[in-house]
Amino acid sequence: MTYFFKRLAGAVPTLFIIITAAFFLIRAAPGGPFDQEQALPPEILANLQSAYGLDLPIWAQYGRYIGALAHGDFGPSFKYKDFSVTELIGQGFPVTLQLGIIALVLALAVGVPLGTFAALHHNSAADYATMSLAVVGIAIPSFVVLPFLGLFFGIYLHWLPVAGWEPGSIRHLVLPVIALCLPPLAYIARMTRGSMLEVLRSHFIRTAFAKGLPLHIVILRHALRPALLPVASYLAPAVASIMTGSLVVESIAGLPGIGRYLVQGALNRDYTLVMGMVIIYSALLIAMGLVVDLLYVWLDPRIRFGR
Amino acid sequence: MSAAYRLRSNPGAACALGIIVVLIALALVGPWLNPNDIESLDWAHVAAEPGLIGAHWFGTDRLGRDLFVRTLEGTRVSLAVGLAASAISLAVGISYGAVAGYAGGRTDQLMMRFIEVLSGLPLIFFVIFLTVVFGRSQYLLFLTIGAVGWLTMARIVRGQTLSIRQREFIEAAVASGASSARIIVKHVVPNLLGPVIVYATLTVPQIILFESFLSFLGLGVQEPHASLGTLIAEGAGEMEAAPWILLVPGSFLAILLLCLNIFGDGLRDALDVKER
Repeated sequence: MTYFFKRLAGAVPTLFIIITAAFFLIRAAPGGPFDQEQALPPEILANLQSAYGLDLPIWAQYGRYIGALAHGDFGPSFKYKDFSVTELIGQGFPVTLQLGIIALVLALAVGVPLGTFAALHHNSAADYATMSLAVVGIAIPSFVVLPFLGLFFGIYLHWLPVAGWEPGSIRHLVLPVIALCLPPLAYIARMTRGSMLEVLRSHFIRTAFAKGLPLHIVILRHALRPALLPVASYLAPAVASIMTGSLVVESIAGLPGIGRYLVQGALNRDYTLVMGMVIIYSALLIAMGLVVDLLYVWLDPRIRFGR
Repeated sequence: MSAAYRLRSNPGAACALGIIVVLIALALVGPWLNPNDIESLDWAHVAAEPGLIGAHWFGTDRLGRDLFVRTLEGTRVSLAVGLAASAISLAVGISYGAVAGYAGGRTDQLMMRFIEVLSGLPLIFFVIFLTVVFGRSQYLLFLTIGAVGWLTMARIVRGQTLSIRQREFIEAAVASGASSARIIVKHVVPNLLGPVIVYATLTVPQIILFESFLSFLGLGVQEPHASLGTLIAEGAGEMEAAPWILLVPGSFLAILLLCLNIFGDGLRDALDVKER
């Protein structure tokens, strides 16, 4: 537990450094949020800048930003007038989170059994078929998979909507979730197979079989936990991969998540919006790293009693 | 010798290599096979279906541009970016990994810690951020993609270097008074060839995927040039009326990435390189 708190204490400065670096980098960039094809009259520009506090020295801006952030205020968006970044994120984040969590759970719930299945049938046709499918899942990006799925299930078969969003509707989520979860699913299946093969060769598994335990008990009670260790360490990259995928998946499927804000905000030099996105995404990833640490402690008792 | 044999006896990898060669050849000479060129607009056949009319074998897009030529051009751009950026990441990864592995001790720990921190970040966000800060340019595209692709390579090179460092010929070189820089360049790096080749083949598809992802978002290759990512983005918008605008470049990218991955995996198994 102390280990966990030590990590938690380390996470806060990490996030703080990311925020600071992003803040100064983005302001060092050429161009500003009020650049337009026709330059604004200087008086209007000056008014706009003072309204958003952009005329202050950069340290004062930084101080104000951090101060507001400490109260959960991400500041006003420069491009979406009348919206604060907090509001934009508040509207979109539940959609993105829902999509991401379903995709992650699905990737684990299908990937782990699939990998175990392949390991148990090592070098059989079923093993080769599963691993070939895994290569397909790893190689083909979601922005190709999703339109292809939409074309097939949406336009030719009319089973599912190609794009769009209705609150609470599951049908609209099916294709995006499939496209999003395929790459991590394939990785997880491949990893589980590899580590499961190794575990199955170890002595304690041979002992378990020797005492006459049935296969499913050996797998569930003895083999699965150690075999899941590498999968646990893959969880943080898996979340990163799902986040990355959600950028394109949301835009293809027309889902009102926060994925589109990062690219749009970045192209528009919407400082506060990009900052908000950077903070949300890095906080999520750091949190995921902590979850992985906890999982490790649960999966491998040696860590609990060791260092 | 046995590695080449093992690779040849893997039908999947051999097949993949064949398809890759065909795709590269097509990307290089393909545009000359077809009378249409990349930018000419055929207003008589806008969004035409694939067929023989006007020699639009794969159809045309919304502006009447020939899809066969554009897709092959896009494949060439994607391949070129992939190779160039891989070369950058290769150079950075090898030098970083070899130095860290050869130096050992504190320096090694510090350098590896840096890599650990970097690989914890979602690199695509980093790249998006960089493209935004420094504007959209082709060179920056190579540089940013290459700069984020070197992490795995550095890690593998460092691991290999650690074991090479223990060998007698390094000791002999040290004894004969060679400088550390000379030992790294002359004795360590040439012995890294096997794993480096394997991970280079696995880096190329990753980088192509990266590039097409950025181009898909509109942050990568810009008009009038097109990469497979740009073409897929165009096609995704026309899916209902003209699915081939999506299907043609989408299939090219899918097949290319799939074959590169299968070949890389086959090569890794043949040379029996361990991840860490």
